[in-house]
Amino acid sequence: MSEEKITPAAAVGASTQNSENEIGRRGFFKWLTVGWIAFGAATGGFFTIMIRFLFPNVLFEPPQTFKIGFPDDYAKNTVDIRFKKSFNVWVVRDEESIFALSTVCTHLGCTPNWLQTEGKFKCPCHGSGFRMTGINFEGPAPRPLERYKVSLSNDGQILVDKTKSFKWEKGEWENSESFLIV
Amino acid sequence: MIDTFKSVIDALSAPTVSFTLLTVFTPLVFPPTDWFDKVNRKLGIWRLWTKPGLWAGMGFLTFFFVVGYFDPNFHITLTKADNFPIVLMVYSMFFFIWLGMSKAYVNDERIEQGLKPTEYNDPDDKVLVWPDLVYIEFIALILFMVFLIVWSILVAAPLEEPANPASTPNPSKAPWYFLGLQEMLVYFDPWLAGIVFPMFIIFGMMAIPYIDMNPKGSGYYSFKERRIGICIFMYGWLILWLFLIVIGTFFRGPNWNFFGPFEYWDPHKVVPLNNVNLSEYFWVKMFNTGLPSNIMLRESIGFVVVFAYMFMFPIFLAKTWFKDLFEKIGPVRYTSLMLFGLSMFSLPIKMYLRWFFNLKYIIAIPEWFFNI
Repeated sequence: MSEEKITPAAAVGASTQNSENEIGRRGFFKWLTVGWIAFGAATGGFFTIMIRFLFPNVLFEPPQTFKIGFPDDYAKNTVDIRFKKSFNVWVVRDEESIFALSTVCTHLGCTPNWLQTEGKFKCPCHGSGFRMTGINFEGPAPRPLERYKVSLSNDGQILVDKTKSFKWEKGEWENSESFLIV
Repeated sequence: MIDTFKSVIDALSAPTVSFTLLTVFTPLVFPPTDWFDKVNRKLGIWRLWTKPGLWAGMGFLTFFFVVGYFDPNFHITLTKADNFPIVLMVYSMFFFIWLGMSKAYVNDERIEQGLKPTEYNDPDDKVLVWPDLVYIEFIALILFMVFLIVWSILVAAPLEEPANPASTPNPSKAPWYFLGLQEMLVYFDPWLAGIVFPMFIIFGMMAIPYIDMNPKGSGYYSFKERRIGICIFMYGWLILWLFLIVIGTFFRGPNWNFFGPFEYWDPHKVVPLNNVNLSEYFWVKMFNTGLPSNIMLRESIGFVVVFAYMFMFPIFLAKTWFKDLFEKIGPVRYTSLMLFGLSMFSLPIKMYLRWFFNLKYIIAIPEWFFNI
């Protein structure tokens, strides 16, 4: 065996010109450009797909303005849950008026259920409770349910306009558009 | 006999009772001071970290779940595919805390006698990452994959009908690992419980190594050398996170009402929960006047309370009980510790205020979506 000392390729004093496949200055920039273009294309493509994803293929949006029948269809002191599924409103008739309540819980946006026997809306997510009027009285919901604009259309039916909502905490339930005297 | 056990567990699991018991027992199980340590020794709680303690704990958990399996009401929640992880979590958490604590107690005794901890190795006696450590990790990874594959084959995914915005399932539960957050949401406004507190949990845990300057206990199990830190962490981790997950899984039924594990989930259970804001307590009940129309004046008492708790209380503590701590760790560390610590303890405080005084919000400004 020879006594020759073996120098590792990365050691101090090791030969720096030991291979043909070393990349020169020009080659380095060439590969750098290729690398950046590839990276940019991949990220760009990825974000294009991501942004495309934000726009759904089918968007089901029920009409914002709709008729819900005649005032006489609603009995006094009842909550009508027929339009909960189709239009996300409860139609409530109390002693003197009819109003449309939003079905979105003001705490975190779940859909509460109307409990007939307890006379309240109760949210299954965090236990918020609302009276028939929409006023919150239990659980974490910070404010009452919102009401929508109701009016009588020319054919005598009730017209609900969901583009205009009325918030209790801003005193908007006093607004004559937020209820219908019957 | 079994019925008595069931009714006792049902009574104990009421949030006011169970939460109070666990809060009282945390410093006894993980004694932060000499006084608690003395009580711990006297009551024999330290025996929990011995082998008989492990078997007793595991035995009780198994008894509880076996009784639950044959109970018609608990059977429904227990055998849900979603809830299987919670059962695993309860067992594994107890086992790993037992493992850590039993090793820590052995080391505490050794250190007291002037010996090195059991994990101490001769500096020359090295363990190599490759192959020693990587092999263990590789075997663990394979075993875990096998377990996950077997589990996913045996248990079908608990899918439900297509989502319908008009009908929220009742009760509507978050994934099991978020049930602690969902429980927090019962007591706080979404921006606090859903955004601020989760961020505080993450940043607070990241801040622990910077706030805790105790150099001891590094590389080996020990309890006595960092007992205050362990006690506070265990309260946050075991009670404020894991126990809230268990509550959310087994104890929350229709309409997010509270039910004992062996109780029937009656969808018409009526619990009087009339909530009152602090401003209403202050103006209406104390002074018999209406709420002032000026929002800031109306909520002024709430702002005073929150300011006092978050800003005046730490200054008071720094001048009295935490004087040594403040001088030792300095104002920046002390401020961070107080910010995260007081936010953490605001959760149990708010829970008790809700349970005993029906207090909804300390500051309630729904007009600006600002409620605390």
